[in-house]
Amino acid sequence: MADEPVKDRPAQWPSPWPYDFPVEGKVPSAPDKVARIAGAEAPKLTLTRRNLFSSAMLGWGAFATAGGVGTLGLVRFLFPNVNFEPPQVFRTAPVEKFARDTVDESWKESNAVWIVNTEGRIIAISTVCTHLGCTPNWLSAENKFKCPCHGSGYYMNGVNFEGPTPRPLERFHVTVDPTGFLWVDKTQKCQVEQSTCDAGAFYIQAKA
Amino acid sequence: MLKQAGDWLRGSQVWKSIFRHGPPTTARNRTMVMLSNVFLHLHPVRARASGIRLSFTWCMGGLTFFLFLVESVTGILLMFYYRPVAASAYSDIMALREDVPLGIMREIHRWGAHAMVITVWLHMFRVFMTGSYKPPREFNWGIGVVLLVLTLLLSFTGYLLPWDQLAIWAVTVGTNMARAHPVIGHEGPGANLLQVDGIQLVHSGADIRYALLGGRFVGEATLLRFYVLHCIAVPVMAMILMAVHFWRVRKDGGISGPL
Repeated sequence: MADEPVKDRPAQWPSPWPYDFPVEGKVPSAPDKVARIAGAEAPKLTLTRRNLFSSAMLGWGAFATAGGVGTLGLVRFLFPNVNFEPPQVFRTAPVEKFARDTVDESWKESNAVWIVNTEGRIIAISTVCTHLGCTPNWLSAENKFKCPCHGSGYYMNGVNFEGPTPRPLERFHVTVDPTGFLWVDKTQKCQVEQSTCDAGAFYIQAKA
Repeated sequence: MLKQAGDWLRGSQVWKSIFRHGPPTTARNRTMVMLSNVFLHLHPVRARASGIRLSFTWCMGGLTFFLFLVESVTGILLMFYYRPVAASAYSDIMALREDVPLGIMREIHRWGAHAMVITVWLHMFRVFMTGSYKPPREFNWGIGVVLLVLTLLLSFTGYLLPWDQLAIWAVTVGTNMARAHPVIGHEGPGANLLQVDGIQLVHSGADIRYALLGGRFVGEATLLRFYVLHCIAVPVMAMILMAVHFWRVRKDGGISGPL
């Protein structure tokens, strides 16, 4: 049927292009295209039990599966099983070592944490500036943290007071083990501006 | 004498195997020059004289491509000396300036990169102002936008390689944006959508920023990843898209004419 000339041709062939190029009397030669334009039924592709697992279906299925598994593997490949960063949970020093109104910078280089004893509490403050992620410096003479990148300033307790930063430095979970050592858990953090730091897990009551 | 040598050369099998048409003295042969050369065939076969006027194109696309070639050649030369590991990256950059002949090679690469970012923006500006993004060229505009982004990514990944304070903190600041990526950034909206049995799949140790940096912060793994992205991944993507970009100029009817 499709091979026979179609009688009811439209006066104007629709352009096969989205743009109005002149067709110059040429007609599409593929039989199903002729049939479709002439308004006839295009041959339907139906799934039957006989052709469900045809070689083409299997081929495309295998192709899609291989592509999907390959993509997943590629994504997984970017995440190593072991990284060589310092542990997220680490032991610092005996609690009584952190004297009143001091900032201990011993774990700044290795773990990106300051241990601060202020306002009667021992807290672990993140060294990541809440503006854009640089590391501020502790200026003991001026009693403040000052970020060298864009000038954000924080009080000793990590609360911001100058520069572009929108919020205080974050704090981490702290505990004291039975031997009196202070542990920091960086997987749990609190935000002063959301009042989540008053929970007991985020400070140790300093001895008077 | 010279003519004899030229005739002998053009009659040789080697010459004929490379150029499979006569000298470009006829319209047909001039067309054949373009069609039978893999590099030239990416170009328009013919271009209107008014369309390639310097005051119309500013030659900004051509200059961008030229600068890409400059960056490729100088970049490959720099790779002979530069090692992307934290212990030697900075000193290798210093050695490239102080100890290697033609110490300006890295400066050429650096200034060429700055210039390429400028020319690619000016090229986009020119294409916009001359309306050359209009049908049938809208697809090529899209390709061009992707190429612009790739140029900026080349610039950004190359920024880290000197491994000095400026590089480390600039990339720290720049990649912090990836934290806020929806769903796959651990501080972005919808970061807790991906869960299995209440276990977060997206956290600071498994998100898009971690994949980019190879860690939670800019470290040695980041230097290597950015080096590979800068030298292999992004240039290859840019080259493929550039071929499509130039080829589409021809397929869409050559360089657009003045309005």
